[in-house]
Amino acid sequence: MSSEDKKPKERIGVYICHCGSNIAGVVNVADVSKWAGDNLANQGVVVSRDYKFMCSSLGQELIQKDIKEQKLTRVVVAACSPHLHEPTFRTACKGAGMNPYLCELVSIREQDSWVHTDKIAATEKAKAIVAGGVSRVVHHEPLIPLKVPIHPATLIVGGGIAGIQATLEIADAGFPVYLVEREPSIGGHMAQFDKTFPTLDCSACILTPKMVLVGNHPNVTLLTYSEVQKVDGYVGNFTVTIRKGARYVKTADCTGCGICWEKCPKKVIDDKFEAGLGYRKAVYTPFPQAVPKYPVIDDINCTYFQKGTCKACEKFCPTNAIDFTQKDEIMTVEVGNIILATGWDLFDARRVPNYGYGRLANVFTNMEFERLSNSAGPTGGNIVLRDGKTTPKSVGIVHCVGSRDKNYNNYCSAICCMQSLKFAHLVHEKTGATVYNFYIDIRTPAKAYDEFYQRIIEEGTLFVRGKVAEITDAARNPGEEGKLIIQVEDTLVGKQRRIPVDMVILSSGLEPRAGSKEVAKTFGISCSADGWYIERHPKLDPVATMTEGVYIAGCVQGPKDIPASVAQGAAAAARILGKIQQKEIALEPIRATVIEEKCSGCRICNTMCPFSAILFHEDTMVSEVNPALCQGCGTCVAACPAGAITGTGFSNEQILSQIDGLLLLTLDKKKEAAVA
Amino acid sequence: MSNKPKFAMYWAASCGGCEIAVLNIHEKILDVDAAFDVVFWPVAMDAKYKDVEAMQDGEITLCLFNGGMRNDENEHVARLLRKKSKIMVSFGSCACEGCIPGLANFSSIKEMVDTAFTTITTDNPDNLRPQTSYAMPEGIITIPTLNTVLKTLDQVVDVDYYMPGCPPESHQIAAVVDLVIAALNGKAELPPKGATIGAGNSTVCDECTRKRHEKTIKAFGRIQLTHTDPELCLLEQGIPCNGPATRSGCNARCPSAGAQCIGCYGPAEGVVDYGARLIAAFASVIDSDKPDEINQILDGLVDPAGQFYRFNLAGSLLRSSKSAQKG
Repeated sequence: MSSEDKKPKERIGVYICHCGSNIAGVVNVADVSKWAGDNLANQGVVVSRDYKFMCSSLGQELIQKDIKEQKLTRVVVAACSPHLHEPTFRTACKGAGMNPYLCELVSIREQDSWVHTDKIAATEKAKAIVAGGVSRVVHHEPLIPLKVPIHPATLIVGGGIAGIQATLEIADAGFPVYLVEREPSIGGHMAQFDKTFPTLDCSACILTPKMVLVGNHPNVTLLTYSEVQKVDGYVGNFTVTIRKGARYVKTADCTGCGICWEKCPKKVIDDKFEAGLGYRKAVYTPFPQAVPKYPVIDDINCTYFQKGTCKACEKFCPTNAIDFTQKDEIMTVEVGNIILATGWDLFDARRVPNYGYGRLANVFTNMEFERLSNSAGPTGGNIVLRDGKTTPKSVGIVHCVGSRDKNYNNYCSAICCMQSLKFAHLVHEKTGATVYNFYIDIRTPAKAYDEFYQRIIEEGTLFVRGKVAEITDAARNPGEEGKLIIQVEDTLVGKQRRIPVDMVILSSGLEPRAGSKEVAKTFGISCSADGWYIERHPKLDPVATMTEGVYIAGCVQGPKDIPASVAQGAAAAARILGKIQQKEIALEPIRATVIEEKCSGCRICNTMCPFSAILFHEDTMVSEVNPALCQGCGTCVAACPAGAITGTGFSNEQILSQIDGLLLLTLDKKKEAAVA
Repeated sequence: MSNKPKFAMYWAASCGGCEIAVLNIHEKILDVDAAFDVVFWPVAMDAKYKDVEAMQDGEITLCLFNGGMRNDENEHVARLLRKKSKIMVSFGSCACEGCIPGLANFSSIKEMVDTAFTTITTDNPDNLRPQTSYAMPEGIITIPTLNTVLKTLDQVVDVDYYMPGCPPESHQIAAVVDLVIAALNGKAELPPKGATIGAGNSTVCDECTRKRHEKTIKAFGRIQLTHTDPELCLLEQGIPCNGPATRSGCNARCPSAGAQCIGCYGPAEGVVDYGARLIAAFASVIDSDKPDEINQILDGLVDPAGQFYRFNLAGSLLRSSKSAQKG
């Protein structure tokens, strides 16, 4: 296993980073550096140094100087995670004329100093990690990145405000966009809102012009009522399979005149756009300003589809645009990059039984309130109780429903405070009712948000700091009769209170889309335990994912308000435009290769490849990996029982020798004996 | 004594099948006799360790060593023969990778001895156990001491070539004999040290004529309880056939005869841990995403240790269980 007695064939430089005190605070870096120089010389280590910030330009120059003067053939840097600085050190090595793939970055920060407190043990562990890196780097081979062209088109999934913004940014820059939306119209949740905080401008007024721009844009292919089924390929060259739902309306002929839904006899409770407060027809557009303007026939509720007769819409359509024979259509498109902007689902307030939603008529959700207050909504903007006519005289708004709650979701939904303040204002303005806001903490950190809070206080809204325990209609005294009583501990006063109101609005939180985990799998990205998609870096790379070419924007990454969603949509678009402009992309040269003479064609690997890069030759009974499709994921390498597939950069030799190094089996035996 | 090159063969912890396989080369054994002077071969002739000890270092040209390192006697003879032999061949699965005796590496010595001396097939009314030394009136007598775990030959001595198989196929033995004789006559060249000889470089699938397709497995079955299609790949039929991971060289004997490969030719070239490879491969073709269903499918493999490490445990990365290592 060890190679003592043999003259080392490589000249290796070892560089231990202090990372300020991040590493040096726990690991004795000077000791590690000296130890590596003394004990790994048999492996070829000719220079071993430690430095305050290896990633700084001075640190990099130190390495470059050694490469030139000491004629180094390999470099091992012990510092942070390769996620962070592998490119930095590879570039530094390249700058000194070394192939960048002959540099190995081992982590003594994330895998050592950050997770240990015992300084002696952490220092010993750092030595083992360095020894592993040294043993491994000997087996590295010089590699050359593969360059592939980038398809200029982009797929954007989700037509809410984040997706719309991203679509317009890319389309306006002159590149094609496929915008896929599951609903019959784009617009997303923002189309349902009444006013937007903190400026109180009308949500539809600022959104619909953008929707129209998307609908008319020559560079945008709008695919509504559609879903992505499958994604093949890799950055620059994705092939996406999309199922276009049957609208039963020929869009080429439809003028969007609205006669069909006027004549349709079938009323359906609209539990999506109107949050269950209103009706739509079986043939419908979700709202009058829908983009595209073409309706869809909801075949589950359509009388013709269910009973075989009716066809009222067909009879009255002036352009013969109704077509009951349409089928779902499967199409594939080629794109270079993808943005996921699939948004969020509303927390189901029924899950908090003590708040009575679904049981107590006058408990409303935030989305119901948005529709109540919206002048285009079912009550024409009148804020009334569930009876449809009574104006409430007192209203309680409950913050953090389902959020910041160990029983439901631990996270803060980010928008509920501002949304609840907005509700308080709207109730006040439209009804003059007494408004109570029940909050745990008020969070108003963005521009002009706290000023809005001050304004709501000045308007006379009453704030009660405490988590609502229960909402009930069981009166204990005459003043509570016929009311909803909010039971709450007022933590500022330090006592329990019972506050009777006519109406309660629950500020339900934001949740990841149902099925977000499956969608993540389709696109090859990862989600957190909550179900929000994980960005490449929480601070420095918020819209990229660990999968090259797949970006995220808006609430799919976590709860956020409209300005933040718009910013992310634009940011993702900017990232992609940058890539498109480069015309080609350098792929990591990490690839799997089948060693033909070892392959006996057992075909175990054939179904494994997520990128469909494996080809089986029936004539020679050998499997082959297409290097242009292979993404170096290693699945087939692990699956091959004959060890006939090898992964560049992750050969058996590299991995096993790294293990030998970690176990300190590679140390200079003679030196050890001398010490003993 | 003639001037012919000298030949030795020895058995350590093994069943004796390797010796039979050598004799099973039929009339080719006469070539061995013609080409070599057989100086040490306990199964075939009488010879004492001291005869070997008296030899010059490197005096034996070819030594076929079978069996694993179960006790200190095995190790002593292995070291002795290594010293006296030019070409040391790790012969057969026991020497190369531990084989069936190596499965005892899951147990401590006590568990192993208890199994041997107390189970129902043993008549041991006084519940006796072997003692490594015993004082007789004539003096102290000893038997070899067991190692805590069985080791492969190359874990004890330097090995020149490996010849896998349980036992190695006779046609392969004959071919190796021919090669060594040719090399001694300067008509052929021996492969580089450390090479595997008398076997192929790919896997059993390479020699198997059964038809195969893309693989997906919904259930594992046992061969004696399953009607299998004689034309179709056994693994595709849910029979846990080790062929895909096992070195070629046997002409796919078992799959050709309708039984699954159990892996006696050991790992394919370059594979470090046979069992781990095979586990990854089987896991890869299980056709389910549901953890419960996957567990149910895996329950169809009734003896995972025997399935994946029947021959290779002592030669695997882990070598033994922790309790066995402690003795």
